[in-house]
Amino acid sequence: MTDLLLEMHDVQIEGRSDETWMPIIKGVDLILKKGEVLGLIGESGAGKSTLGLAAMGFTRDGVRISGGTVTFDGIDLRTASAETKRQLLGKRIAYVAQSAAASFNPAHKLIDQHTEAPVQHGTASKAESMADGIELYRRLRLPDPDEIGFRYPHQVSGGQLQRAMTAMAMATRPDLIIFDEPTTALDVTTQIEVLAAIRDIVEQFGTAAIYITHDLAVVAQMADRIKVLLKGEEVEEAETREMLSAPKEDYTKSLWAVRAFQRPAKPAPATDAIPVVSVQTVTAAYGKIPVLHDVSFDIHAGRTVAVVGESGSGKSTTARVITGLLPQSAGVVELDGEPLPADYRKRSKDQLRQIQMIYQMADTALNPRQTIAEIVGRPVEFYTGLKGHAKRNRVAELMEQIELPASEYADRLPSELSGGQKQRIGIARALAAEPKFIICDEVTSALDQLVAEGILRLLARLQDDLNLSYMFITHDLATVRSIADEVVVMKDGRVVEQGRKAEMFRPPHHPYTDLLLSSVPEMDPDWLTNLLAERGVHNIGDAAAASIK
Amino acid sequence: MSAWILVPAVFASLLALGWAGRLAGQKATGNAPTYRDMPLAVAFGYAFALALVVAGVWLYLQPATLDGAPRASVIFWRWAVHFLAASAVAAFVFRLAGRHIGTEGTKKAFRNMPLTAAFGILVVLIYALTAIFAGWIAPHGQSQVFATANVVPGGNAALGGNPEFPLGTDQIGRDILSRLIYGAQNTVGIAFATTLLAFFLGGTLGFLAATLQGWVDQVLSRLVDVLMAIPSLIFSLLLITVASAWVSGAGLTAAMVVIIAVIDSTRVFRLSRAVGMNIVVMDYIEAAKLRGEGLTYLIFREILPNATAPLLAEFGLRFCFVFLTISALSFLGLGIQPPLADWGTMVKDLSAFINYAAFAPQIASAPLLAAGAIALLTVAVNFVVDWMLQRSSGLKE
Repeated sequence: MTDLLLEMHDVQIEGRSDETWMPIIKGVDLILKKGEVLGLIGESGAGKSTLGLAAMGFTRDGVRISGGTVTFDGIDLRTASAETKRQLLGKRIAYVAQSAAASFNPAHKLIDQHTEAPVQHGTASKAESMADGIELYRRLRLPDPDEIGFRYPHQVSGGQLQRAMTAMAMATRPDLIIFDEPTTALDVTTQIEVLAAIRDIVEQFGTAAIYITHDLAVVAQMADRIKVLLKGEEVEEAETREMLSAPKEDYTKSLWAVRAFQRPAKPAPATDAIPVVSVQTVTAAYGKIPVLHDVSFDIHAGRTVAVVGESGSGKSTTARVITGLLPQSAGVVELDGEPLPADYRKRSKDQLRQIQMIYQMADTALNPRQTIAEIVGRPVEFYTGLKGHAKRNRVAELMEQIELPASEYADRLPSELSGGQKQRIGIARALAAEPKFIICDEVTSALDQLVAEGILRLLARLQDDLNLSYMFITHDLATVRSIADEVVVMKDGRVVEQGRKAEMFRPPHHPYTDLLLSSVPEMDPDWLTNLLAERGVHNIGDAAAASIK
Repeated sequence: MSAWILVPAVFASLLALGWAGRLAGQKATGNAPTYRDMPLAVAFGYAFALALVVAGVWLYLQPATLDGAPRASVIFWRWAVHFLAASAVAAFVFRLAGRHIGTEGTKKAFRNMPLTAAFGILVVLIYALTAIFAGWIAPHGQSQVFATANVVPGGNAALGGNPEFPLGTDQIGRDILSRLIYGAQNTVGIAFATTLLAFFLGGTLGFLAATLQGWVDQVLSRLVDVLMAIPSLIFSLLLITVASAWVSGAGLTAAMVVIIAVIDSTRVFRLSRAVGMNIVVMDYIEAAKLRGEGLTYLIFREILPNATAPLLAEFGLRFCFVFLTISALSFLGLGIQPPLADWGTMVKDLSAFINYAAFAPQIASAPLLAAGAIALLTVAVNFVVDWMLQRSSGLKE
């Protein structure tokens, strides 16, 4: 197993923008031996996916490989003919995309898509390939492997779809699979199943893999070696254990240290204090489908309450009830001890002002056709009536608070800002209303870890300066650890457990909290193995489901 | 019978030509990827295109007369080639001028402009100027009748022309050039007003339906469905006929504008509602709603700026359709009423001359002038809209 499978030497890749070619990858070497897993990490825009695709000799539209060599098992992929590449791709090299839901054709059954590559490449007949597919589904611990292939993509869950996609990549027993962030879109509890499944099957077949991700803890479980990319250049590369214990470069160290940010929880509020926002036995439904049952919790002045749970647990619905977008069917939401009208249209301007929201996707939360000055200036004008010069000064002041100088950024459009900067503008817009209470809906989950940490620090500072209260909706427990004072755990529209942060992270837990906590990947490369052993399953598969029940 | 042999023979020889060309390319370039990976179908396409170019050049070089009789195909083909070449040169000069004259902003716009867009803008500009200054430009009045009827276009006395009327006169002796110029004012002006009205109606109601949803959306959408269920040309014919019972002359023209605008606004409604629906689910709209913003602010400040790209594209297309509808109605005698000059009516009035096309291209060109004016504007507007869309890249998403 010492022979070389893939060798990329001094690869340079350029992308076309505004009539000129801009470098994306600036001379990267990459070597992969047979049966080896290489982790490729870096923040968004580092060129991870571009490099991953280039390993297949492929580039997206408007992108070209401008220099270097890509050699797969002795074949130069840059000069190979289209026919040669057709023989390789899908047969000896396979690709697993980030969003399985977007990558499957919704109009065909899973097994029909599974058999396409083997049949096309002539490695198996349709019947053989179907039998093999069912065997792969079994090995990947998909529930009901004999039947699941005959469903359509929308009839199975996201985690199952991602495993079916891995099975599909395995259909021709390729020598190399490129995994492009296969678990990024999944919940922590689902992520574990997929990670374990991928790791098992790659080991079983001795397949080499390039595993692209921005999550260090994930890559630590999967990879033999890790390569860190920054702005199209290699920062460093080392064996996984060596890299984790002794990173050499400053950038790598900063990536490793991100999770260190932790704020001590504030003391519990006085028992007779009136909470800023109080949610009392709220029940709500979308049409006839009930989504929240008897949800109650308080948020006190200057405190952060983190609401955690996987998708579909009712976190965001709770936020919609508090803002009045979804009127509750029973229960009450109080602001400063006064009950709020259920429908936001019936609330007074001042009540609306007190509750602000920061959204997950800064891209859709800022109007792309308004400048930053307009976006931040509108709530200033709307709530305080300031105009002209006074308004401009107030906007500059707000921009100062979010650490983006108005002189440089006020006249830009959102598209001219980075993801982290956009999120800061979202914060400034919320602050412009001078609220007491801000709902932060997954505000850091779309950001790179370094940038996310910056946002968390900013929110913490603003809370101290302005005595704000936050309701922090998240599925990331690392974020909870760093910023929350109190934690509310939700599942299926109910509050499972709630309490002070310190108590929540100390056993004993509600079984669901336990599952959630233990599912968060840790930097220890043995974490996944140990966890699986602990949960008493050799190959995890449906372990997560089992422990919920 | 010969066609059964000829077509496959031509096909086979083109295929052979493509294959040979690809082989030659491979040999000459030392197997460069362009030639090596070229499918035979693509090579055939190149051969076919080459054959078309050769045929075009050959036709252009043919003598214009055969045994003293003019050859219409050669003459029309030459006109088309000359016109295309002149258009390309004009667009090129126009773009060159735009790059050196004007403000920094316009200079920058011209620098990245494709030739088609430059041509479109030039044509639209010329039409606009002609329409506005028709009274000064036109040598004669639009309803002025001269004694010399049926003068052949071209101004060549030997072919029945008259230098006084460079584009000839119609059957009752009105100057075609003057009527074309006034037609720009009448036809284009009315079409523009109609399109604006249709967009005002359809856009406002569409965004309103998207924002309010619920019963407002239901009522408006079903109403639009009912209007769209009736074939539009027949429906407008019917309504105009009904309207003609009460009004006539300029009043009928006004009625026609309203009727076409209402019928066309259903398409605009559909589009703006669909586009609006995609925008109102955005978080920034939710943020504005939660701020307590009113309906006017939501529609005009938050939604409209994000819908301009698709609406602009639709405006270009819709304008062409409205324009063609008006021409069609005029052709049927129900549109713009005489004595006002209108291109649709002109095509109808002179249509009999098209029969001369085979042996007297000069005479046959009379109705083609007005038809050409319609076609040219349609093409130009679409060029401009395409370019604007590409710039704002609103439809790429």
